[in-house]
Amino acid sequence: MAGIKTLFSLLILSTAYSASAIPLAEALYERRCGACHSPDHNRVGPKHRTTWGSRAGSVEGYRYSDALRHSDIIWDEATLDAWLANPQALIAGQKMGYRLQNSEERALIIQYLKSLNAPK
Amino acid sequence: MYNNKTTNRNRMATTRRDLLTKGGKTFLSASAIAALGGTAVSIAGVHADDHASQDVAILNVALGLEHEGIAAYQLGAESGLLSKGVLEVAVQFQSHHKAHRDALVGTIRKMGGAPVAAHSLSKYATDLNAADLRNQTDVLKLATKLELGAANAYLGVIPSFENSELAQVAARLAADETMHWTMLTSALGEQLPKGALTFGG
Repeated sequence: MAGIKTLFSLLILSTAYSASAIPLAEALYERRCGACHSPDHNRVGPKHRTTWGSRAGSVEGYRYSDALRHSDIIWDEATLDAWLANPQALIAGQKMGYRLQNSEERALIIQYLKSLNAPK
Repeated sequence: MYNNKTTNRNRMATTRRDLLTKGGKTFLSASAIAALGGTAVSIAGVHADDHASQDVAILNVALGLEHEGIAAYQLGAESGLLSKGVLEVAVQFQSHHKAHRDALVGTIRKMGGAPVAAHSLSKYATDLNAADLRNQTDVLKLATKLELGAANAYLGVIPSFENSELAQVAARLAADETMHWTMLTSALGEQLPKGALTFGG
């Protein structure tokens, strides 16, 4: 675990926001988020292809909680970090209970979400 | 050379089949049924007057996961790609997910909530890219990925439960998913994690 954390920390420090970190971030996304989410399909949770920069609760075809649908949050690094750490604290009454407590992992996953919406 | 490799592959495949079959029989005859029954009892102990709305929302997300897991194993079973031994284990694992589903439905209702319904099998097939499954390994890899995700999901919701009994149930569900993941990973001949604490985060 310490080795993984160190690896993530080094990657964030040395290759932050670079393309080389994306494969690792994608693998982490699969492990931590993949039970409910995918880039292109609304599953248990909404699809993530266009999450970055979008308004919360705006993915077409996904049934959100009222709380999330009526929020005015825009997904950026700060809001996604707060959301992943404790979604209920950010938007009371929403329905995602999952909390990702490791800040390095949150940072990597946010970079992956950002990469999904990047211009090709 | 080719023959030796082929023989080794066949031997490995046989070993994996043995592992799955033997593991499956062990779980069926010993701990699995008792554990699932225990889960149901524990969940049933939750009272309707517990601070519940957020917990119900989390349980419904878990139920959505179980619906998808059941569908994934159904797609695998109907694919015609699984050997007899692997199919038996897939059906067994699916039965665990059905038991999880039934326990979650009962608990959500007891807490005054409305359980989410399953989608159609065709929607799950689309969402999980089932059309891309070409062989048994593809099916096992999909199942492995879903089980790992489910284990992590259950661990990740534990801090959010208001009711500590439900948190314990989430941990027990995570243990079942981890059991499935471990068996599937072994069947694929893949390495288990070298380090500790790789689940959750």
